[in-house]
Amino acid sequence: MSPRPGYVLEVDRSTPPTLFWHGEGYRLERLPQGSRVVYAPEPIEPLADPVAAVRHALDHPLGDSQPLRSLLRPGMRLTIAFDDVSLPLPPMRRPDNRQLVIEQVLDLAAEAGVDDVVLIAALALHRRMTEAELRHALGDRIYDAFAPHGLLRQHDAEDPSELVHLGTTDQGEDVELSRRAAESDLLVYVNINLVAMDGGHKSVATGLASYRSLRHHHNAHTMRHSRSFMDQHRSELHSSNWRMGRLIAASGVRVFQIETTLNNDAFPEQFRFLQRREWEWSARDRAAFVASSAALARTPARLARSVLHGIAGPHRMTSVQAGEVEAVHAVTTGHVHAQQLVEVDGQSDVLTMGLPYISPYNVNSIMNPILVACLGLGYFFNLYRGRPLVREGGVLIMSHPTRKAFHPGHHPSYIDFYEEILAETTDPAEIHKWEEAFATDPWYVHLYRTGHAYHGVHPFYMWYWCAHALDHLGAVVVVGGEPSTVRRLGFRPASTLADALEIAADVVGPSPSVTHLHAPPLMIADVR
Amino acid sequence: MTAARRDPDLGAGRQPTGRRAWSASAVTGVGRLARARLRRATRPAPFPWGAPTWPGTVARPVPSSGLGDEYDTAWARRYPVRLARAMVTDNLTRPAVHLLASPLVRGAELLDMAEAPVVIVANHTSHLDTPLLLSVLPDRIRHRTVVAAAADHFFDRRWKAHLWAGLLGAIPLERNRVSRRSVDEATALVEDGWSLLIFPEGGRSPDGWQQELHRAASLPAARTGRPVIPVHLAGTHRILPKGGTRVRRARTTVVVGAPLYPEDGEDARHLSARLETALATLAAESRTDWWTARRQAAAGTTVQDARGPDASPWRRAWALGGTPAAWTGEHDSSSAHGDGDPRRWAVRRD
Repeated sequence: MSPRPGYVLEVDRSTPPTLFWHGEGYRLERLPQGSRVVYAPEPIEPLADPVAAVRHALDHPLGDSQPLRSLLRPGMRLTIAFDDVSLPLPPMRRPDNRQLVIEQVLDLAAEAGVDDVVLIAALALHRRMTEAELRHALGDRIYDAFAPHGLLRQHDAEDPSELVHLGTTDQGEDVELSRRAAESDLLVYVNINLVAMDGGHKSVATGLASYRSLRHHHNAHTMRHSRSFMDQHRSELHSSNWRMGRLIAASGVRVFQIETTLNNDAFPEQFRFLQRREWEWSARDRAAFVASSAALARTPARLARSVLHGIAGPHRMTSVQAGEVEAVHAVTTGHVHAQQLVEVDGQSDVLTMGLPYISPYNVNSIMNPILVACLGLGYFFNLYRGRPLVREGGVLIMSHPTRKAFHPGHHPSYIDFYEEILAETTDPAEIHKWEEAFATDPWYVHLYRTGHAYHGVHPFYMWYWCAHALDHLGAVVVVGGEPSTVRRLGFRPASTLADALEIAADVVGPSPSVTHLHAPPLMIADVR
Repeated sequence: MTAARRDPDLGAGRQPTGRRAWSASAVTGVGRLARARLRRATRPAPFPWGAPTWPGTVARPVPSSGLGDEYDTAWARRYPVRLARAMVTDNLTRPAVHLLASPLVRGAELLDMAEAPVVIVANHTSHLDTPLLLSVLPDRIRHRTVVAAAADHFFDRRWKAHLWAGLLGAIPLERNRVSRRSVDEATALVEDGWSLLIFPEGGRSPDGWQQELHRAASLPAARTGRPVIPVHLAGTHRILPKGGTRVRRARTTVVVGAPLYPEDGEDARHLSARLETALATLAAESRTDWWTARRQAAAGTTVQDARGPDASPWRRAWALGGTPAAWTGEHDSSSAHGDGDPRRWAVRRD
């Protein structure tokens, strides 16, 4: 039976309670009658033979690119860059798409007699990956062949000797890239396009860039004019990256882009209820929900986090495209839409969502309050095409414990950002004046380069990520969050969903229309 | 009746004392506990402990085995079954209802004048509404009336479907979506000479205030052109409210409105809007009097008044409790009719 498309349920008196993620746990909440619940499409069929599909894509590139094997020759400098630990979510079961693709690329390189090959994790300003994470993404064969010889590197955006300035765009944007990537004869970039925002020129122009380059599009102005990030044609973030990408190509950097897509089979069999519609839950699903939610509620947060971050998603490759960046990305976006688009009629006064334990920036880490805001307002709010799910001046209700907890090794600058900057203001435009100080702080730079810390400026980017939502919404309410922490973020705390809806009614008027985004699995609401 | 109430010492303001008081309260407590346990034991476990309910707005992928709106009720309209039902209704149901609800009927002559088949529509606050309404209908209509009942509630189990079809002449009606099958069946029965009793709110009001009407409820009348008689029931909410498990005696008022005739080419939506106004006017009449209700209707505030204040649940309940005439039948002596005796223009259907 073919997978069912996404679905918009209208809640009535017979509708069972709806699942809400709540950090390291989940709850069943009863939504008011007449509310809408947006469910993601069911996972589409994966490729039956992904290895053959990758080989076919490399031999039949899109756009004006030649097949990869004809671009490889002895004596050339080949750099293979790949997406970092932030993709996919949750991490996929082995073999990861990156391993499947890069092994094929290396096979061709070996056949062609290419000796000078370097692999680079395209971190941008993210934290360095651990050995376990690299092994998971690339597989043991690649790791053991390259890492011991220093040929498996992680992009260092703070190493001046490893950066090269390629010029400025017609909008005055600096383009500064990894020297190794820019000076290679061929740069192969291997993507996992989990959402429509990923890939395209953004891969190289962001993943291998420096702070000097990134600041041109990671700022409050750009984010406010990206409506949304999931719609490349209405996203200033993408416009800026496309200008940079074209300048990179014009500078002589030859990029061979390989993009892969996944189905949204995000959770394994024992957690399948998380992606099923509640009224279709079997006795086994209900037993799994009752047992796991009760166990997680009684488990210390640290242990619950460890259990949940140990989940490997069974999502599998649904397509692979290779060749010229823009031609590849157009096809890839079509595949992402085929999996994730859900048609929704009109906006509502209130949008509700349950936020899970994971976001792109806390894989194997703690979801700190700033990342909670970023996941809700930056990511989930922007899971739309056309218009946001909630009207302008509407209310966003998020369910998450929002604890004041930080991973000091991964997010050191977040702690200071929370204590010093958010205590002053929560206005994304206003925080800009402190950005430079955090970005150039030598201690943060040291931790970023030598430890596993996100760059000092990263919490600012997370807050900019919320700019469009903050601009659009009348209020943000967090259900079940620590009140003091929620208030520090500039949001309103509520004990229960009913309380949150009452608070929302104060803002948008009585009897508001409500839409619930039943994610994850991820989807893009195509709001008409 | 509890042991405490059977005790002769408890009458005339005397209170039991000492050991007797202790034993009376202990017996009462045990009874309550037993009832509560029985209720718990027989009530289906809520989701997620029990199976989830199916949203009415979602089509079931696999047709159920002859239940819901697919249940065939033709057997319940065969002559022997109708005869048995008439005997039960006239000899058991009606006396029980009159004992329990003491219905005061206003506008009974409109029912007497009605030419069957008719579509009778009423507000809905209690499971008692159906037997009450059947018991006040004239015999010639009562014994040839089918009752539209929620397919997902009364026809979701085979034993329930048999019981309600046989006892009340119920037919299944989808209340959460427009179902061609159930509307077609209701229309065919009206065309065949059966009167139809329907609660267009689609379910019992959770708090006693009128709810929005379902358009589907007007379809049989709009299609057949038969008159619609609006009826307002007040007081049944006190006897057996939604979610309640204990039945209490209370007085009820049944206000019958003038029949509405579908106009040529009038669609169900328009008829439904007229019907909503008519029901709201009857609700106002049951709270006040005919003249005051007419004035409110002329002012155009009736429908909103009938739906209650747009406020929190307790305030809605509070506002509802402020209309004692509607629930107790004890009408305000300062009403527009001067002498304050509602029985001057109302009759009891005993």
